[in-house]
Amino acid sequence: MKSNLKVFFKGVLDVSPLMIPVVPFGLIFGVLAIDIGFTPLETIGMSLIIFGGASQIVLLQLFSGGASSLVIISSVGAVNSRHLLYGAVVSEHLSDLKLIWKIIISYFLIDQAFARSNEYLKKNKEKNKYFHLIGGGATCWVVWQTTTFLGIILGAAIPEKLGLSFAVPLTFLALLVDDFRKLINVIVILISGLVATFGFNFIPYKAYVIVAALVGLFVAMTLTKMIKK
Amino acid sequence: MSNWILIIYCGLITFLTRFSMIALLKKEMFNDRIREILSFVPSAIFPAIIFPAIFLDSSGLVQIENNPKILASMIAIIIGVLSKNIIATIVTGLAVYWFLIFI
Repeated sequence: MKSNLKVFFKGVLDVSPLMIPVVPFGLIFGVLAIDIGFTPLETIGMSLIIFGGASQIVLLQLFSGGASSLVIISSVGAVNSRHLLYGAVVSEHLSDLKLIWKIIISYFLIDQAFARSNEYLKKNKEKNKYFHLIGGGATCWVVWQTTTFLGIILGAAIPEKLGLSFAVPLTFLALLVDDFRKLINVIVILISGLVATFGFNFIPYKAYVIVAALVGLFVAMTLTKMIKK
Repeated sequence: MSNWILIIYCGLITFLTRFSMIALLKKEMFNDRIREILSFVPSAIFPAIIFPAIFLDSSGLVQIENNPKILASMIAIIIGVLSKNIIATIVTGLAVYWFLIFI
């Protein structure tokens, strides 16, 4: 059996190439948080406590739009729901673990670490294979905290007229590039986007993110069902 | 609610979704249909962030004319779909946007 440390570093090595897109994400987050008016300490706190790129950017976006706390928190929950399936897939490899390890892994479980570790977990039978997940998660953690910090420093130096807030829709667009190739996804994207845009001023409590997402999912359910018939 | 309390709640909900996934949910709980629907979650939720950020001005009104973000986003999507590269998508979008507003 490989040592825990060895499996950990295998995780670090496997996840490292996936860290390249995380760098601009972290920088943009740091810059924007300062821009919106969060203190440097709060910005660092967000990256430490939440440790989730999409969650944190949704928080910024809705906070700057004046959404209520309840709407912000539930929107963050909705954004995270996209991971439900991933976790359920990993969980079969982790079912024998002690609770404390499940808690630690939950904090570190992010898309990039998941993608690589899932391949490793499937192929290996060793008892300590979950150290791969921790290694991958820890790598992402270091990159995320460092780039947040750099973003905070940069944020003070970048002039507002650069319009860096436009980087938010761009980063989320970048996460959807594969979906733009599939017709049903494109329809869902357009409908959700239109509901959010036109509902922005009418849907109460700035709940437009949740409403648009639910409409989008309903459309996806209907269309996939129609195609099968 | 103070900023710190809000941050802690957002952290908690993020943690709890992840924890429920690895500690409570099992693969068998998801049939093919639920899997299929879950695969649409990103397409259903991200546009709700993307579209208002592109099409609405600072006062929340729809702005189509004189809006460099629309063209910049369209070119970014084309580059993104062709290259499948996250960084290329972001950089292209920003570069076109800056070209349009500064030149």
